[in-house]
Amino acid sequence: MRHTISILLENTAGALSRVAGLFSARAYNIESLSVAPTEDPTVSRLTLVTRGSPEMIEQITKQLNKLVDVIRLIDLNEGRAIERELMMVKVRAIGGEQREELARIADIYGGRIVDVTESSYIVEMTGDSDKLDAFIEMIGAKRILEVVRSGVLGILRGTKALRA
Amino acid sequence: MSETLRGAEIFVRALIDEGVEFLFGYPGGAVLHIYDELYKQDTIKHILVRHEQGATHAADGYARATGKPGVVLVTSGPGATNAVTGIATAYMDSIPMVVFTGQVPTHLIGNDAFQEVDSIGITRPCVKHNFLVERVEDLAVTIKKAFYVATSGRPGPVVVDIPKDVTANTTEYVYPETVDIRSYKPNTRGHPGQIKKAAQLIMGAERPMIYTGGGVVIDNAANELTQFARLLGYPVTNTLMGLGAYPATDPQFIGMLGMHGTYESNMAMHHCDVLIAIGARFDDRVTGDLAKFCPYAKIVHIDIDPASISKNVRVDVPIVGGVNNVLSELNRQLQEAHVKPVDRDTNAWWKQIRDWQKLDCLRYDKTSKLIKPQAVIESLWRETGGDAYVTSDVGQHQMWAAQYYKFDQPRRWINSGGLGTMGFGLPAAMGVQLAFPDSQVACVTGEASFVMCVQELSTCLQYDLPIKIVSLNNRYMGMVRQWQEFFYDRRYSHSYMDALPDFVKLAEAFGHVGMRIEKPEDVDGALHEAFSMKKRLVLMDFITDQSENVYPMIAAGKGQHEMHLAPGTETDRELA
Repeated sequence: MRHTISILLENTAGALSRVAGLFSARAYNIESLSVAPTEDPTVSRLTLVTRGSPEMIEQITKQLNKLVDVIRLIDLNEGRAIERELMMVKVRAIGGEQREELARIADIYGGRIVDVTESSYIVEMTGDSDKLDAFIEMIGAKRILEVVRSGVLGILRGTKALRA
Repeated sequence: MSETLRGAEIFVRALIDEGVEFLFGYPGGAVLHIYDELYKQDTIKHILVRHEQGATHAADGYARATGKPGVVLVTSGPGATNAVTGIATAYMDSIPMVVFTGQVPTHLIGNDAFQEVDSIGITRPCVKHNFLVERVEDLAVTIKKAFYVATSGRPGPVVVDIPKDVTANTTEYVYPETVDIRSYKPNTRGHPGQIKKAAQLIMGAERPMIYTGGGVVIDNAANELTQFARLLGYPVTNTLMGLGAYPATDPQFIGMLGMHGTYESNMAMHHCDVLIAIGARFDDRVTGDLAKFCPYAKIVHIDIDPASISKNVRVDVPIVGGVNNVLSELNRQLQEAHVKPVDRDTNAWWKQIRDWQKLDCLRYDKTSKLIKPQAVIESLWRETGGDAYVTSDVGQHQMWAAQYYKFDQPRRWINSGGLGTMGFGLPAAMGVQLAFPDSQVACVTGEASFVMCVQELSTCLQYDLPIKIVSLNNRYMGMVRQWQEFFYDRRYSHSYMDALPDFVKLAEAFGHVGMRIEKPEDVDGALHEAFSMKKRLVLMDFITDQSENVYPMIAAGKGQHEMHLAPGTETDRELA
């Protein structure tokens, strides 16, 4: 099953490689990974999406907790959480009809066109991963020049917070 | 009062303030400032090894025997990479160790400088934690943190990488009394509710089994374990790492368990209804096929590492906490409940165990004209009164030592259990002998393992370490040969030891005493003579029966009750 794990990590050199190294050493998979400093510059927040049986997910969270640089973590699947991903897609956009259709689809998906040339658009979009996947599918591989995605970010609903 | 010191001085002062007795090391370019400071003092005894692997194993042996952290200093590049095997060995067995590696100056890091290697990157998967010290201001506090992390919680090796310029720069020296790491708070107190639940389950058992591992040794909980087992009168088995935590000569002890465990221990594991796992981690060498593991048991698992719980085997009552604390609390509750030990003469479970014991699974041919390796270990046990520190290398000799030397005390049996590192025995024995100069220290080895760190014989001469090396020489990598005999149709691919040295001359060339023993009737006398030479290292080359195998044996993929027994063992009984 797919799990999203949010981790507060010491913002020090090498901390990220400890997390990544743990996954490769123990043959766990990382589906996506995003990391950036928080409001406290000594702390990074890392959001990691992985898949595995319940036993494997339990081991993953325990092993992560064992890393000395991990301050706290939470498996977002254990509560109600909001997940978002940012994507930018560069698409071929030639001819009035095609350009109009692309703009319309982008609009339906809540995307914005942030760069325009005579033959291309860049569409910026946020949403959960399924929505972004659906947009890519809708546009079709033939028209896509390049895709860049941030990886998943997640946060618990309500007042409960993950803090150092 | 603080003073301004150079990094190298800070290093030495911090180690002194930390109470470090021995520093196992080997100099090189990146650590020359530090070696210059070591030259100027005599509080810390530096032990010059002959290879960095030897330094790590020696520090490891010291740590296992004393419970104090082992400390190592090596240079950058090859110094660090040579230390990796020893670091990984300590990591797998949760041994507290602090390894300082020199590093090229900070401005050269990443430049492929001479003797540069990414020590942090290389050691990351086999350390509990590691630190790169980027500024001299961070040096003292990092050393404090390193010792704290290495020795607390589930212990393990910590690497501190120190660039050369950090040892040259100056700052004010203050060694912190304590450190607080917000992201590292090991939990040593077991959950009271869980302990209560465990006590109920334990007291209600009909076919109980106490299975304990290295955690009991590491947490100095042998007395608590012994009290616990005696309050209940339950049978006890130890893992390879746990030997000595419960007295092996006690009637409640039914031998080691696992791949080469006793028939009675493995059978009792298979048939028990309550399994009490203490400081053990359900390693594959213990469990055999997980699908067949302890099919009738409710399992209580006490361990300081939450990640060890339900990793391989689902447990019913997990207790995260220090083994010592949790056992003390359990003992208190058992005493409050006025629990009576089961009567070993009348209890049906004990009768069953006694019946399994009648198989005498560790029996071997005592009439052979060849030296039986088991006989050498039994003779060693008698000669040393069962009271020696015994280190070992890895292979058949290790298993025989574990099976036939009856350890009555913890920290006496010192071997590389998790990583299985050949070459461990001799340097580990150096660490033990340095810690306990007046104690008997034996290194049980084989002719293949022994030569892997043979260079340390020089270190032994330099520091007058009268280690007694018991080499079971069968002219094979015995355990490899055994597997090839069983599972590869006797195709002995590269498992023989051709072109062996003359070990007597080899010992003499290094300035020690060598003996070759070829007849069974000479074994006792040779050991007695060797141990009478209290000041000398003696290498005893026992020419043993080449065909001997380690029994019982659970083959890979088999259940605990599916053992190979020694040929000639009574086989008319139902093994399953």
